[in-house]
Amino acid sequence: MSQRQVLQVFEQYQKARTQFVQMVAELATRPQNIETLQNAGVMSLLRPLLLDVVPTIQQTAALALGRLANYNGDLAEAVVKGDILPQLVYSLAEQNRFYKKAAAFVLRAVGKHSPQLAQAIVDCGALDTLVICLEDFDPGVKEAAAWALGYIARHNAELSQAVVDAGAVPLLVLCIQEPEIALKRIAASALSDISKHSPELAQTVVDVGAIAHLAQMILNPDSKLKRQVLSALSQIAKHSVDLAEMVVEAEIFPVVLTCLKDKDDYVKKNASTLIREIAKHTPELSQLIVNTGGVAAVTDCIGSCKGNIRLPGIMMLGYVAAHSENLAMAVIVSKAVPQLSVCLSEEPEDHIKAAAAWALGQIGRHTPEHARAVAVTNTLPVLLSLYMSTESSEDLQTKSKKAIKSILQKCTYLPALEPFLYDAPPNILKHVVGQFSKVLPYDSKARRLFVTSGGLKKVQEIKAGPGSLLQEYINSINSCYPEEIVRYYSPGYSDALLQRVDSYQPLAN
Amino acid sequence: MATLARLQARSTFLVHQYYFRNSAVDVFRKKEYDAAVKIQSWFRGCQIRAYLRYLHRVATVIQKCWRGYLGRQHYQLIVKLEFCTMKMNLYNAMAVRIQKRWRGYRIRKYCFNYFYLKEYLKAVSETNDAIREALEEFAEMKEREEKKADLEREEKKRDYQARKMHYLLSTKQIPGIYNSPFRKDPDPWELRLQKAKPLISQRPKVKQKRDVNISNQLACTSARSLPQSEILPPIDRKQCQGPFRDITEVLEQRYKPLEPTLWMAEPINELKMAREELRKQEWMRNINDNMFLPFSSYHKNKKYIPLMHSSSKYGPNSYGSQHFRDENPKKWICDKDFQTVLPSFDLFSKYGKLYSKAGQII
Repeated sequence: MSQRQVLQVFEQYQKARTQFVQMVAELATRPQNIETLQNAGVMSLLRPLLLDVVPTIQQTAALALGRLANYNGDLAEAVVKGDILPQLVYSLAEQNRFYKKAAAFVLRAVGKHSPQLAQAIVDCGALDTLVICLEDFDPGVKEAAAWALGYIARHNAELSQAVVDAGAVPLLVLCIQEPEIALKRIAASALSDISKHSPELAQTVVDVGAIAHLAQMILNPDSKLKRQVLSALSQIAKHSVDLAEMVVEAEIFPVVLTCLKDKDDYVKKNASTLIREIAKHTPELSQLIVNTGGVAAVTDCIGSCKGNIRLPGIMMLGYVAAHSENLAMAVIVSKAVPQLSVCLSEEPEDHIKAAAAWALGQIGRHTPEHARAVAVTNTLPVLLSLYMSTESSEDLQTKSKKAIKSILQKCTYLPALEPFLYDAPPNILKHVVGQFSKVLPYDSKARRLFVTSGGLKKVQEIKAGPGSLLQEYINSINSCYPEEIVRYYSPGYSDALLQRVDSYQPLAN
Repeated sequence: MATLARLQARSTFLVHQYYFRNSAVDVFRKKEYDAAVKIQSWFRGCQIRAYLRYLHRVATVIQKCWRGYLGRQHYQLIVKLEFCTMKMNLYNAMAVRIQKRWRGYRIRKYCFNYFYLKEYLKAVSETNDAIREALEEFAEMKEREEKKADLEREEKKRDYQARKMHYLLSTKQIPGIYNSPFRKDPDPWELRLQKAKPLISQRPKVKQKRDVNISNQLACTSARSLPQSEILPPIDRKQCQGPFRDITEVLEQRYKPLEPTLWMAEPINELKMAREELRKQEWMRNINDNMFLPFSSYHKNKKYIPLMHSSSKYGPNSYGSQHFRDENPKKWICDKDFQTVLPSFDLFSKYGKLYSKAGQII
C-alpha cells in the first residue's frame, strides 16, 4: 500500500466526520429533528468528537451540542450526565476563539434550564474560565461568556453569589463600555440578573460603578439595549432606599421620561417599572418624581398601551398616591384618575383590574376632596359591580372591596353615593347611609336632590334592626325632613291611604 | 211697844219681804254677775288682743329687720358670684380670641400653608404640561427622523439599482427601455440612469455598521437641557461696622424653629382620635366584617364555682381600686365625678430653651 492510499483512508475518515458533525449541527436547528437525533444516540457520538484532532470538527461538535442542549432540559441533563462539561471547561481555557464561543454557548444552553443544572456547571469550575473569557479581545467571546454568566446567575441568589465571587462584575462593567451593541445588551442583562436577587448583590454591582454607565446608556437609540438597561436599573433600585437614591443621583430624571414615549412596548414597560421601584420607597423620592413631571408622563404612557405593559405604570400611580395626601392631590391634578377608571373598565385581565382598583383606593382615601375627585369619574359603580360579580377573582374582590370602603369613609359627594343605596350589600350600605346622614343636615340643596331622585324613598324601604347604627342613621336622615314627606315615602303609604278611603263615611245629607 | 208689835207683825212680812228682796236681787244678781263677767271678760279680751296686736307688730318689725339683714347678706353673696362669673366669662372670651388667633397663626406658619400647597399644585400641573409638550415634540422628532432615514434608505437602494442597471441607458442611436419615443417625457428612471456612475464589480465590501448619529437627535432631551434648580451663589456682603452680635447667632435666634410643649403639640383627645382612626383603618382592612364568634359552648352547662376569695363578703374592698370617692355620699363636695384626664402642666418643658440665663450654672 502506498503512503497516499493510507493517507486517503484518513482523509476520507476526516471528511466523513466533518460531514456528520456539520449535518448534525444543521439538523439540530430544527426542533422536529431533535427527538429523532436523541433517539439515535447522538450524544454519545458527539462526545468523542469534542476531543477530535481537527479544530473545525471540535467547534462544530460543540455547536451541535449547544443547540441540542438548548432545546430542552432533558438533553441538557444528558449533557451533564455524560461528563462533557469538565472537558469543555478544560478546553475553554486553551483553544481559539471559535471554540470558546461554541463552548460558552453549550454552557449557556445547559445552564438556562434549571438551578440544578446551573449548579452542576458551577461545580465543575466553569465560572473561573468564563470570567477569563470575559477578558478576551474578541467581542464575540465576551458576549458568549457574559450570556452564559447571566443565565447562570438568573436562577437564585447562591448562584449569583458564586458568579460575583468569581469576579465577574467588574469585567461585566467593562464590557458595558465596549462599542458593540450586542455585547452591551448582554452585559446589561447579566448585571440585571445578578442584582435582582438581594440587596447585597445589588450593592456589589453598584460598588463597581455600574450605575453611571447604565445611566449613560439610557440615551442610546437601540431599543433592546434600553430594555436591558432599564431592567438592570430597576432591579438595583428595588431593594432599598439607599440604592434607589443612588440610582436617582445618576440624574436619570427627566431623561427616563423620554423612554416612556418609545415605540417599543417593553422599553415603556421597563421604564415604568424603574419609576415604580423608585417611587415606592419614600415620600421624598415620590415627590422628586412628581416635581419632574413623571406622573404626567406615566399617565400618558398608560393611555397609549394595553394589557400587561400598563401594569407597572398603574402600580406606580398607586404607590405615589399612597404616601401622603399632597402627593395624591398631585396625582389627581395630573389627570390620572380618568385614565385609571378607563383601565378599570376596559382591561380584560383580573390582575390589572385589581391593580387599578387598588390605585384608585389609594388616591381616594385621604380627604373628602380626594374622594370627590375619584367619585366624580363614576368609578364607584364599576368597583361595586366588580366586588359583587362572582366571576372576579378573590384578589380582585378583596381589592375592590377595600377601595370602596376607603373611598366611602371620606366621600361626601352625594350624587355618586346614590347608586349605592340601591345595590350595595348590607355592610357597605350602613356606611353609605352614614355618609348621607352626615351631609344632609347641613345642605338644603342636597336634601332637595335627595328627595327628587328617589333616595328618600329607598332609605325608607331599608329594613334595619331597632337600635342598630343603621337605624340611627336612618332616623337622623328622617329628622331632616318634615313628617308628612317621610310618611308619604314610607312603604305602604298608598295602601294606608286607600284603607282610609274605604273606611271613610261621607256625611249623610 | 206698839212699834215693836207693829214691827213684830210686820216682821214676818219683813222677813218675807227681806227674803223676796234678797232672792229677787239674787235673780238679778246672777244675771248682773254674768253680765259683769261678760263685760269684764270682753274688756280683758280687748285688752289682751290689743296687747297681742302690739306684740305682733313689734315681732313683725323685728323679723322684718332681721330678714332684711339676712337677705342683704345673701344678695351680697349673689352679687359677688355673679361678678366673678362675669369676669371669668370675659376672661374666657378673651382667651378664646387669643387662642383662635394663635392657633390659626401656628397652623398657617408651621404646619400647613394652604397657599403654598395651591402654588405647588399649580407648579406641578405646569411642569406636567411642559413635560407632555416636550415628550410630544420628542416623539414627533423621532418619527421624522425615522421617516427621513427610511427615505434615505430607499434613495440609496434606488441609486444602487440604477448603478447596476447602467447598461440600460439610452444612446443616441437606440433609445433605452425607459426612453420610449412614444412618451412625452423620459421616465424618471432614465434620468436616474443618466446621473448614475457605472458600477464596477469589486471585492465584497465588509458591510459598514450603521452608525447613527445620535448627538443631534437627543440634544433636547439630554440631562442638562431641561431646567434644573441650582443653588444660587452666596452674596458677598461687607462686614457691618460696630460691635454687633455674630450674624449666625442672630439668625439662629430669629429663625428659631417652633418647639411646642407636649401639651400644645398634641390635642387632648388625641388618644380618642387615634383610636377612632385605628378602628376606621381596621374596618377598611377587614375582609370579613362579622365579629368572630366564640367556639362551641360545650362547657356552658357546667355550673360555675366561684372563688372563695371573691364570693365571700370579706373580699377585697373596691375602694382604692375601682372607685376613689368616699362611700358616704354626704361627705361629697360636689355632684360630678372627678376628671380622670387632667391637663398637664409644663414645668420643665421650657427648661434650657429660653434666652435668659436664669438657673443655669455658669
